[in-house]
Amino acid sequence: MAETFVLEITTPERLIAREPVTEAQIPGLDGYLGVLPGHAALLGELGFGELSYKTGGTLHHVVVHGGFVEINGDTTRVLCTSAEMPDQIDLERAKAALDKARKLLVSSGDMDIAHVLEASKRAEARVFAASKVAGKK
Amino acid sequence: MPSLIDFRRRIRSVKNTQQITKAMKMVSAAKLRRAQESVIAARPYANSLKDMLGNVAAASKSMDVTHPLLMQRPEKNIQVILITADRGLAGALNTNLIRGAQKFMDEKPGIGMQLEAIGRKGRDHFKKRGVTITGEHYNLTKKCTYEDTKAIAQSIIARYANAEVDAVYLIFNEFKSVMTQKLDVRRLLPIVLPEGTVAKDYIYEQPAEKLLSALLPRYVEVELYKAVLESTAAEHAARMTAMDSASSNAADVIERLTLVMNRVRQASITREIIEVVSGASALE
Repeated sequence: MAETFVLEITTPERLIAREPVTEAQIPGLDGYLGVLPGHAALLGELGFGELSYKTGGTLHHVVVHGGFVEINGDTTRVLCTSAEMPDQIDLERAKAALDKARKLLVSSGDMDIAHVLEASKRAEARVFAASKVAGKK
Repeated sequence: MPSLIDFRRRIRSVKNTQQITKAMKMVSAAKLRRAQESVIAARPYANSLKDMLGNVAAASKSMDVTHPLLMQRPEKNIQVILITADRGLAGALNTNLIRGAQKFMDEKPGIGMQLEAIGRKGRDHFKKRGVTITGEHYNLTKKCTYEDTKAIAQSIIARYANAEVDAVYLIFNEFKSVMTQKLDVRRLLPIVLPEGTVAKDYIYEQPAEKLLSALLPRYVEVELYKAVLESTAAEHAARMTAMDSASSNAADVIERLTLVMNRVRQASITREIIEVVSGASALE
């Protein structure tokens, strides 16, 4: 069995990564998917969260915000609507956005629930990833 | 006959023009490179999405898929999305686009047409001719992010889903190479599902219908985004070629004027010599 598979992460604006990896953790819409070489063909929606993958012993992280994932043979394609590197996220701003989204969620105002929920999930993923980077420093 | 000083003035003015066109050419070349890069950068996602849509379509063929964006209706009201440049000085680029759009509309008489104008040139032309304009977007070709086109695509998808329009056509310039742009008229909605490569046995994390209904709008968004990027590249390429030929035309004009100027100067010198000589001989 092959020891690696090709992971391709793209956003509409650019290609983020296309490389052979040994394992990947992909945030699906209904929970994380752990992908190892030889995974069965799969189609699904991408959730909000931190995607991590391992190449040659080093672990990489990308924060992805919604999209699709397709596992087909030895290639796994992640099509995300937008993506960020954890070390590029402004933690303070992300926290502020999360607070705002949470307050909106509990308030009983007139709003698009799905939209606010998405914003809150997105902010959560960003805060989580950014605080991990901040903790390392 | 204009005097020497007039020629000098004209030559200087043409030189100034030439300097401007040269500068514009350089600017366009730089912008073109950036635009080309973003076209290339957008390709992997677009290709993957298309493959994926094809695979989902192939895998769900057995099921009876119905989705508002796949619904074929007789075309009674058509939405046209016309992508032009915001500014001129790009050769025949905008004229060709507008002519193409006009022809498209004229070929379908008696059908309600409405226009979503991306770029100032197209809007100006059709607004004057009383075409219904549903939306106008400027400066998109300057710096286009996916978010920008997403908003436009979503408003159009909503219009189609509500059956306000029965088909959506996209008219834009395809970027073939630096020298050639090709007018492209493409139907955006209803979507024709791309052919899947293999009907694999996929595990569906989400039900296929749900996945399809998430994929289809995304597909439309990406198609629009790609079209805007291509148009941007085409615009800069056309402007670069136009400015290049303008610069060389200016060089030709300068050369011709210099020639005439020298002839005039020589003629006046000759005339003066004749005058002096004949004056001297008259004294003898």
